[in-house]
Amino acid sequence: MERLRRRSKTFITSLSVGWFLSYRQVKRSSIATTVLIIFVMMLTFLNLVVVRGVLVGLIQGSTNVYSKSYSGEVLMSTLPKKDFIENSPSVEEIAKNLPWTESISARYLQSGTIEAGYKDRVKLSDKANIGGASFAGINPTNEDATTHISSKIIEGSFLTPSDTNSIVLGADLLKKYVPVESPGIALIENVNVGDRVRITVNGNVQEFTVKGILQSKVGEIDTRAFMLDTTLRGLIGRSDYNVDEIALRLKPGSDPVVVKNALLGSGVGRTAKVQTADEALPKFLIDIKNTFGILGNVIGSIGLVVASITIFIVIFVNAITRRKYIGILKGIGIDSVAVEFAYVLQSVFYAGFGILLGLAILYGFLVPFVAVHPIKFPFSDGILVAELPGTMLRALSLMIATLIAGYIPARIVVKQNTLDAILGRN
Amino acid sequence: MIEAKNLIKSFPSGDTELVVLKGISFKVETGQFVAITGRSGSGKSTLMYQLGLLDHPTSGNILLDGVDVTNRPVDEHTRIRLEQLGYVFQDYALIPELTALENVLVPLMMQGFPMEDAVEKAKKSLNRIGLADRLDNLPSQLSGGQQQRVSIARAIAHNPKIIFADEPTANLDIETSRIVLDTFLELNREGQTIVMVTHEQEYADLAHRNITLSDGQIVSDIINRKRV
Repeated sequence: MERLRRRSKTFITSLSVGWFLSYRQVKRSSIATTVLIIFVMMLTFLNLVVVRGVLVGLIQGSTNVYSKSYSGEVLMSTLPKKDFIENSPSVEEIAKNLPWTESISARYLQSGTIEAGYKDRVKLSDKANIGGASFAGINPTNEDATTHISSKIIEGSFLTPSDTNSIVLGADLLKKYVPVESPGIALIENVNVGDRVRITVNGNVQEFTVKGILQSKVGEIDTRAFMLDTTLRGLIGRSDYNVDEIALRLKPGSDPVVVKNALLGSGVGRTAKVQTADEALPKFLIDIKNTFGILGNVIGSIGLVVASITIFIVIFVNAITRRKYIGILKGIGIDSVAVEFAYVLQSVFYAGFGILLGLAILYGFLVPFVAVHPIKFPFSDGILVAELPGTMLRALSLMIATLIAGYIPARIVVKQNTLDAILGRN
Repeated sequence: MIEAKNLIKSFPSGDTELVVLKGISFKVETGQFVAITGRSGSGKSTLMYQLGLLDHPTSGNILLDGVDVTNRPVDEHTRIRLEQLGYVFQDYALIPELTALENVLVPLMMQGFPMEDAVEKAKKSLNRIGLADRLDNLPSQLSGGQQQRVSIARAIAHNPKIIFADEPTANLDIETSRIVLDTFLELNREGQTIVMVTHEQEYADLAHRNITLSDGQIVSDIINRKRV
């Protein structure tokens, strides 16, 4: 018992001496070297967080805009083998009356064709400027309240409730925004805001004026042509008010899963497929998201190994060059735990400051900067995903890796024969 | 105080063993100032490292106050060195990033003295060897003689039973060497036991006792009557 008490006292004293030695060693070491090591640690930390954050952020940006501009937090759509959501007015009523619902947008959908430049076509044998499209009949006020889709207009303006003869085209319908030459893809050429286009839906033909062009990087939106719900209903002859899609925007803080369950509990599931935004995501996005997540973790793990090796080398070189002094300390009776602890503390110092600096740059500059200036990708505007818990976990991993990487070389050098170290013998 | 009993130390040298100490036996009494002399390669430093528990003899025993401490665990040797022995090395062996005061302070802290007491003891020790005005100087800001005196202050700060000094004047000029030796003599007059390895006969003659080694064996063990 006495021996244990003495050992624990020696251990505590060793920690105190270790702190004393490391503090002075760092304080009186070369400032340039210290700054360089901290800089390397900072870069390592950023590599650990930012590379993964950008990879995940590319897809997160895509899923965010999917929910924000298209599906809302909950999306109801037609059941398989059904043409529309049966008893839609009742479903809409249930959705509107849920306590979590902020707004809803019901959409009629129908496929058809859009033809442009038909007045300039001289001969019937000339190739028609025509392309397929999915037409969405919407209430512009409800749609904009739910998806803020008007913010995605890149030419002209969005529909108003009085635009009965106007249409807004998704950018992916137009050749000037999808410059792809492929026999399988029919895109409309030379269409600008104010032009007249001819719509053919269910055999009905009607002319519309192009009021605007929108681009959201969500395929479901960019391949659609938007018109008033009343107009499309007339074109397709749907007098029962049954719609094909209902998007729900929830009040802030609401849980989409709870809302989905509430809708299913109200019997909506019998007539509509109810999905949260995450569930409604296209499969390729989910696959890419998972793949990028794995890729990010792999790159992060490599970063962690690189960080460990970096700190190992730094501490090993430091300990080896100071082998003689380590020997002297041991020679005059300083416990090896004190010497090892001194080096571990140095590692913590370098890693700690590197991480703090990295956190300051991450949250003080990078995240806000990328939020304002997203990384432009064809399928998304990438953001930098760096959730605090995940970042802290990575910081902790780096710190633990650093501790181990700092301890091992110190242990190797401290374990060497005291006299050999003092005399510089190998 | 400290006793060597038939100490043998050998090192592997290729396929053979190089025997550096060949059965050394002697005893140092409390308060003695013992000089160990001999030519280069005679084994005097090796003997001091064995006595100072910095190395393990191949065979033989070392008794400290009658207790055999030869084959104690490494940790215990470290503890004995910390609490009972003091060292002065040829090249001063100060930690470069610690000031004079801090160099003396570290072993005191390791002994568990409260910080204030440790600082007090360290200052007292530096004051004793005339370096009270150099407390905050780093080793690089001190002369060789001053560094060696800091090393002595570190060795005596915790009132060790014995101070081992390995060629303490080897890197110093004559004048500074004299100052260092005067310090040892003064410490010895105050009762400090000192074992000093030197190749300078002039300095060895200042000690109570002069043990001369040759080829790993004691060839003479002379008491300096003038000093006694």
